[in-house]
Amino acid sequence: MADPIHQFEIHPIIPLNVAGIDISFTNSSLWMAIAVVTSIVLMSLATRKQAIVPGRLQVFAENMYEFVASMIRDNIGSQGRQFFPLIFTVFMVVLMGNMLGMLPYSFTYTSHIAVTMGLALAIFLMVTVLGFVRHGLHFFTLFCPAGVPWALKPLIIPIEILSYLIRPVTLSVRLFANMMAGHLMLKVFAGFSVAMGVGLGILPMFFNVALIGFEFLIAFLQAYVFTILSCIYLKDAIDLH
Amino acid sequence: MELEAAKLIAAAIALLPMFGVGIGLGMIFSSYNEAVGRNPSSADLLDKKFFLTFALTEALAIFALVVSLIILFG
Repeated sequence: MADPIHQFEIHPIIPLNVAGIDISFTNSSLWMAIAVVTSIVLMSLATRKQAIVPGRLQVFAENMYEFVASMIRDNIGSQGRQFFPLIFTVFMVVLMGNMLGMLPYSFTYTSHIAVTMGLALAIFLMVTVLGFVRHGLHFFTLFCPAGVPWALKPLIIPIEILSYLIRPVTLSVRLFANMMAGHLMLKVFAGFSVAMGVGLGILPMFFNVALIGFEFLIAFLQAYVFTILSCIYLKDAIDLH
Repeated sequence: MELEAAKLIAAAIALLPMFGVGIGLGMIFSSYNEAVGRNPSSADLLDKKFFLTFALTEALAIFALVVSLIILFG
Protein backbone atom coordinates (compact mmCIF):
# COMPACT_ATOMS: atom_id res chain seq x y z
CA MET A 1 0.00 0.00 0.00
CA ALA A 2 1.25 3.49 -0.77
CA ASP A 3 2.38 5.50 2.23
CA PRO A 4 -0.44 7.87 3.29
CA ILE A 5 2.08 10.16 5.06
CA HIS A 6 3.97 10.77 1.81
CA GLN A 7 1.64 13.61 0.77
CA PHE A 8 2.84 15.76 3.68
CA GLU A 9 6.53 15.55 2.80
CA ILE A 10 8.27 18.85 2.15
CA HIS A 11 10.99 18.78 -0.48
CA PRO A 12 13.00 21.74 -1.74
CA ILE A 13 12.46 22.86 -5.34
CA ILE A 14 15.11 25.58 -5.36
CA PRO A 15 17.62 24.84 -2.56
CA LEU A 16 18.77 28.05 -0.86
CA ASN A 17 21.06 28.36 2.14
CA VAL A 18 21.85 31.75 3.65
CA ALA A 19 24.32 31.83 6.57
CA GLY A 20 23.50 28.31 7.70
CA ILE A 21 19.73 28.90 7.63
CA ASP A 22 17.76 26.78 5.19
CA ILE A 23 15.40 29.08 3.27
CA SER A 24 14.84 26.80 0.28
CA PHE A 25 11.86 27.37 -2.01
CA THR A 26 9.89 24.21 -1.17
CA ASN A 27 6.68 22.73 -2.51
CA SER A 28 4.97 24.32 0.49
CA SER A 29 6.19 27.77 -0.58
CA LEU A 30 5.19 27.00 -4.16
CA TRP A 31 1.58 26.29 -3.14
CA MET A 32 1.50 29.36 -0.92
CA ALA A 33 2.63 31.42 -3.92
CA ILE A 34 -0.05 29.77 -6.05
CA ALA A 35 -2.67 30.60 -3.40
CA VAL A 36 -1.58 34.25 -3.31
CA VAL A 37 -1.55 34.58 -7.10
CA THR A 38 -4.91 32.79 -7.44
CA SER A 39 -6.69 34.96 -4.90
CA ILE A 40 -5.22 38.20 -6.27
CA VAL A 41 -6.02 37.32 -9.88
CA LEU A 42 -9.51 36.09 -8.97
CA MET A 43 -10.36 39.18 -6.96
CA SER A 44 -8.95 41.70 -9.44
CA LEU A 45 -10.69 39.96 -12.37
CA ALA A 46 -13.94 39.97 -10.43
CA THR A 47 -13.79 43.68 -9.60
CA ARG A 48 -12.34 44.84 -12.95
CA LYS A 49 -15.57 46.04 -14.46
CA GLN A 50 -18.08 46.82 -11.76
CA ALA A 51 -21.57 46.41 -13.10
CA ILE A 52 -24.77 47.27 -11.29
CA VAL A 53 -26.10 43.90 -12.39
CA PRO A 54 -23.12 41.74 -11.44
CA GLY A 55 -21.77 38.86 -13.48
CA ARG A 56 -20.86 35.50 -11.95
CA LEU A 57 -17.35 36.46 -10.86
CA GLN A 58 -18.52 39.71 -9.36
CA VAL A 59 -21.22 37.88 -7.39
CA PHE A 60 -18.51 35.59 -6.05
CA ALA A 61 -16.36 38.53 -4.95
CA GLU A 62 -19.32 40.36 -3.43
CA ASN A 63 -20.39 37.24 -1.54
CA MET A 64 -16.87 36.76 -0.16
CA TYR A 65 -16.76 40.39 0.93
CA GLU A 66 -20.22 40.28 2.48
CA PHE A 67 -19.49 36.98 4.25
CA VAL A 68 -16.42 38.34 6.03
CA ALA A 69 -17.95 41.78 6.58
CA SER A 70 -21.04 40.32 8.25
CA MET A 71 -18.83 38.07 10.37
CA ILE A 72 -16.97 41.17 11.61
CA ARG A 73 -20.20 43.16 12.08
CA ASP A 74 -21.80 40.40 14.15
CA ASN A 75 -18.78 39.61 16.28
CA ILE A 76 -16.81 42.83 16.78
CA GLY A 77 -19.27 45.55 15.86
CA SER A 78 -18.62 48.85 14.12
CA GLN A 79 -15.17 49.16 15.70
CA GLY A 80 -14.05 46.09 13.79
CA ARG A 81 -14.32 47.71 10.37
CA GLN A 82 -10.70 48.87 10.41
CA PHE A 83 -9.61 45.23 10.81
CA PHE A 84 -11.46 44.08 7.70
CA PRO A 85 -8.34 43.84 5.46
CA LEU A 86 -6.53 41.71 8.06
CA ILE A 87 -9.47 39.36 8.70
CA PHE A 88 -10.21 39.04 4.98
CA THR A 89 -6.57 38.19 4.25
CA VAL A 90 -6.47 35.57 7.00
CA PHE A 91 -9.69 34.07 5.67
CA MET A 92 -8.41 33.93 2.08
CA VAL A 93 -5.04 32.46 3.07
CA VAL A 94 -6.61 29.65 5.08
CA LEU A 95 -9.45 29.03 2.59
CA MET A 96 -7.10 28.92 -0.40
CA GLY A 97 -4.70 26.62 1.47
CA ASN A 98 -7.51 24.21 2.32
CA MET A 99 -9.21 24.34 -1.09
CA LEU A 100 -6.08 24.11 -3.25
CA GLY A 101 -5.06 21.18 -1.06
CA MET A 102 -8.09 19.28 -2.38
CA LEU A 103 -6.64 19.24 -5.92
CA PRO A 104 -5.02 15.91 -6.81
CA TYR A 105 -1.21 15.91 -6.49
CA SER A 106 -1.28 19.26 -4.71
CA PHE A 107 0.16 20.12 -1.32
CA THR A 108 -1.92 21.36 1.63
CA TYR A 109 0.22 23.93 3.39
CA THR A 110 -2.35 24.30 6.18
CA SER A 111 -1.64 20.68 7.14
CA HIS A 112 1.70 21.75 8.64
CA ILE A 113 1.77 23.11 12.16
CA ALA A 114 4.66 25.42 11.26
CA VAL A 115 2.34 27.36 8.94
CA THR A 116 -0.77 27.41 11.12
CA MET A 117 1.22 28.18 14.27
CA GLY A 118 2.84 31.10 12.45
CA LEU A 119 -0.58 32.47 11.52
CA ALA A 120 -2.04 31.89 14.98
CA LEU A 121 0.96 33.43 16.80
CA ALA A 122 0.83 36.49 14.55
CA ILE A 123 -2.86 36.98 15.40
CA PHE A 124 -2.28 36.31 19.11
CA LEU A 125 0.61 38.82 19.34
CA MET A 126 -1.34 41.41 17.35
CA VAL A 127 -4.36 41.04 19.65
CA THR A 128 -2.24 41.27 22.81
CA VAL A 129 -0.34 44.35 21.60
CA LEU A 130 -3.60 45.94 20.48
CA GLY A 131 -5.13 45.30 23.91
CA PHE A 132 -2.19 46.97 25.67
CA VAL A 133 -2.22 49.92 23.25
CA ARG A 134 -5.96 50.46 23.65
CA HIS A 135 -6.28 49.93 27.40
CA GLY A 136 -2.78 50.09 28.88
CA LEU A 137 -2.41 48.12 32.11
CA HIS A 138 -6.19 48.05 32.38
CA PHE A 139 -5.95 45.21 29.83
CA PHE A 140 -5.24 42.80 32.73
CA THR A 141 -8.86 43.05 33.86
CA LEU A 142 -9.51 40.69 30.93
CA PHE A 143 -8.32 37.91 33.23
CA CYS A 144 -10.74 38.86 36.00
CA PRO A 145 -14.37 38.69 34.87
CA ALA A 146 -16.64 41.20 36.56
CA GLY A 147 -18.97 39.94 39.26
CA VAL A 148 -16.84 37.02 40.41
CA PRO A 149 -16.94 36.58 44.24
CA TRP A 150 -13.65 37.29 46.05
CA ALA A 151 -13.40 33.73 47.30
CA LEU A 152 -13.36 32.36 43.75
CA LYS A 153 -10.80 34.81 42.33
CA PRO A 154 -7.66 32.78 43.18
CA LEU A 155 -9.20 29.94 41.20
CA ILE A 156 -10.66 31.89 38.28
CA ILE A 157 -7.71 34.15 37.48
CA PRO A 158 -5.14 31.37 36.81
CA ILE A 159 -7.70 29.54 34.68
CA GLU A 160 -8.41 32.69 32.66
CA ILE A 161 -4.70 33.40 32.16
CA LEU A 162 -4.07 29.80 31.10
CA SER A 163 -7.00 29.79 28.69
CA TYR A 164 -5.70 33.04 27.20
CA LEU A 165 -2.18 31.70 26.74
CA ILE A 166 -3.37 28.41 25.22
CA ARG A 167 -5.28 30.24 22.45
CA PRO A 168 -2.57 30.19 19.76
CA VAL A 169 -2.01 26.49 20.41
CA THR A 170 -5.66 25.48 20.08
CA LEU A 171 -6.20 27.80 17.11
CA SER A 172 -3.29 26.33 15.16
CA VAL A 173 -3.65 22.70 16.22
CA ARG A 174 -7.38 22.71 15.34
CA LEU A 175 -6.69 23.77 11.76
CA PHE A 176 -3.58 21.66 11.20
CA ALA A 177 -5.00 18.52 12.81
CA ASN A 178 -8.29 18.75 10.93
CA MET A 179 -6.57 19.11 7.59
CA MET A 180 -3.99 16.43 8.34
CA ALA A 181 -6.49 13.89 9.67
CA GLY A 182 -8.87 14.48 6.75
CA HIS A 183 -6.23 14.07 4.05
CA LEU A 184 -4.77 11.07 5.86
CA MET A 185 -8.21 9.43 5.87
CA LEU A 186 -8.70 10.10 2.13
CA LYS A 187 -5.37 8.49 1.29
CA VAL A 188 -5.95 5.49 3.58
CA PHE A 189 -9.28 4.75 1.85
CA ALA A 190 -7.69 5.25 -1.55
CA GLY A 191 -5.08 2.72 -0.42
CA PHE A 192 -7.89 0.24 0.46
CA SER A 193 -9.21 0.64 -3.09
CA VAL A 194 -5.84 -0.32 -4.53
CA ALA A 195 -5.34 -3.20 -2.10
CA MET A 196 -8.79 -4.74 -2.74
CA GLY A 197 -8.25 -4.96 -6.50
CA VAL A 198 -10.50 -4.18 -9.46
CA GLY A 199 -13.75 -5.88 -8.34
CA LEU A 200 -14.25 -5.13 -4.64
CA GLY A 201 -12.05 -2.04 -4.77
CA ILE A 202 -14.94 -0.02 -6.11
CA LEU A 203 -16.64 -0.02 -2.67
CA PRO A 204 -13.99 2.06 -0.85
CA MET A 205 -13.93 4.29 -3.93
CA PHE A 206 -17.62 5.17 -3.49
CA PHE A 207 -16.97 5.86 0.16
CA ASN A 208 -14.05 8.07 -0.85
CA VAL A 209 -16.32 10.13 -3.09
CA ALA A 210 -18.52 10.89 -0.08
CA LEU A 211 -15.44 11.62 2.02
CA ILE A 212 -14.12 14.11 -0.53
CA GLY A 213 -17.43 15.96 -0.37
CA PHE A 214 -17.13 15.98 3.41
CA GLU A 215 -13.54 17.23 3.11
CA PHE A 216 -14.69 20.22 1.05
CA LEU A 217 -17.16 21.04 3.84
CA ILE A 218 -14.40 20.73 6.46
CA ALA A 219 -12.02 22.83 4.32
CA PHE A 220 -14.51 25.69 4.23
CA LEU A 221 -15.65 25.20 7.83
CA GLN A 222 -12.14 25.31 9.25
CA ALA A 223 -11.35 28.52 7.37
CA TYR A 224 -14.60 29.94 8.79
CA VAL A 225 -13.81 28.80 12.33
CA PHE A 226 -10.24 30.11 12.18
CA THR A 227 -11.49 33.53 11.05
CA ILE A 228 -14.40 33.76 13.48
CA LEU A 229 -12.17 32.84 16.42
CA SER A 230 -9.71 35.56 15.34
CA CYS A 231 -12.70 37.95 15.35
CA ILE A 232 -13.71 36.84 18.85
CA TYR A 233 -10.15 37.29 20.16
CA LEU A 234 -10.03 40.75 18.58
CA LYS A 235 -13.32 41.64 20.24
CA ASP A 236 -11.91 40.58 23.63
CA ALA A 237 -8.96 42.95 23.17
CA ILE A 238 -11.18 45.83 21.99
CA ASP A 239 -14.05 45.52 24.48
CA LEU A 240 -12.50 43.66 27.46
CA HIS A 241 -15.58 41.50 28.11
CA MET B 1 5.17 -4.56 30.74
CA GLU B 2 6.86 -4.33 27.37
CA LEU B 3 7.38 -0.76 26.19
CA GLU B 4 5.72 -1.46 22.83
CA ALA B 5 2.61 -2.94 24.47
CA ALA B 6 2.40 -0.04 26.90
CA LYS B 7 2.59 2.37 23.94
CA LEU B 8 -0.28 0.66 22.14
CA ILE B 9 -2.45 0.68 25.27
CA ALA B 10 -1.62 4.36 25.89
CA ALA B 11 -2.55 5.20 22.30
CA ALA B 12 -5.91 3.50 22.82
CA ILE B 13 -6.51 5.28 26.15
CA ALA B 14 -5.69 8.62 24.49
CA LEU B 15 -8.72 8.06 22.23
CA LEU B 16 -11.16 7.82 25.17
CA PRO B 17 -12.21 11.51 24.83
CA MET B 18 -14.03 10.37 21.67
CA PHE B 19 -16.82 9.09 23.97
CA GLY B 20 -17.51 12.59 25.22
CA VAL B 21 -17.17 14.11 21.77
CA GLY B 22 -19.64 11.59 20.38
CA ILE B 23 -22.19 12.39 23.08
CA GLY B 24 -21.59 16.13 22.64
CA LEU B 25 -21.97 16.03 18.87
CA GLY B 26 -25.16 14.02 19.25
CA MET B 27 -26.56 16.65 21.61
CA ILE B 28 -25.60 19.48 19.23
CA PHE B 29 -27.25 17.77 16.25
CA SER B 30 -30.37 16.80 18.19
CA SER B 31 -30.95 20.24 19.68
CA TYR B 32 -30.28 21.93 16.33
CA ASN B 33 -32.77 19.68 14.57
CA GLU B 34 -35.31 20.10 17.35
CA ALA B 35 -35.00 23.89 17.25
CA VAL B 36 -35.29 24.05 13.46
CA GLY B 37 -38.17 21.58 13.51
CA ARG B 38 -40.10 23.70 15.99
CA ASN B 39 -39.32 26.97 14.24
CA PRO B 40 -38.10 26.49 10.66
CA SER B 41 -37.53 30.23 10.14
CA SER B 42 -34.79 30.18 12.79
CA ALA B 43 -32.57 28.00 10.56
CA ASP B 44 -30.68 30.97 9.10
CA LEU B 45 -29.93 32.30 12.56
CA LEU B 46 -28.86 28.93 13.95
CA ASP B 47 -26.81 27.67 10.99
CA LYS B 48 -23.68 29.68 11.76
CA LYS B 49 -23.78 28.91 15.48
CA PHE B 50 -24.41 25.27 14.71
CA PHE B 51 -21.40 25.01 12.41
CA LEU B 52 -19.18 26.87 14.86
CA THR B 53 -20.08 24.64 17.82
CA PHE B 54 -19.86 21.58 15.61
CA ALA B 55 -16.34 22.46 14.50
CA LEU B 56 -15.22 23.36 18.03
CA THR B 57 -16.50 20.07 19.45
CA GLU B 58 -15.21 17.99 16.57
CA ALA B 59 -11.77 19.54 17.01
CA LEU B 60 -11.50 17.89 20.45
CA ALA B 61 -11.79 14.47 18.85
CA ILE B 62 -9.05 15.45 16.40
CA PHE B 63 -6.82 16.61 19.28
CA ALA B 64 -7.23 13.18 20.85
CA LEU B 65 -6.35 11.57 17.51
CA VAL B 66 -3.19 13.69 17.24
CA VAL B 67 -2.12 12.77 20.78
CA SER B 68 -2.72 9.13 19.96
CA LEU B 69 -0.71 9.35 16.72
CA ILE B 70 2.13 11.12 18.56
CA ILE B 71 2.23 8.29 21.11
CA LEU B 72 2.23 5.69 18.33
CA PHE B 73 4.74 7.24 15.93
CA GLY B 74 6.36 10.15 17.78
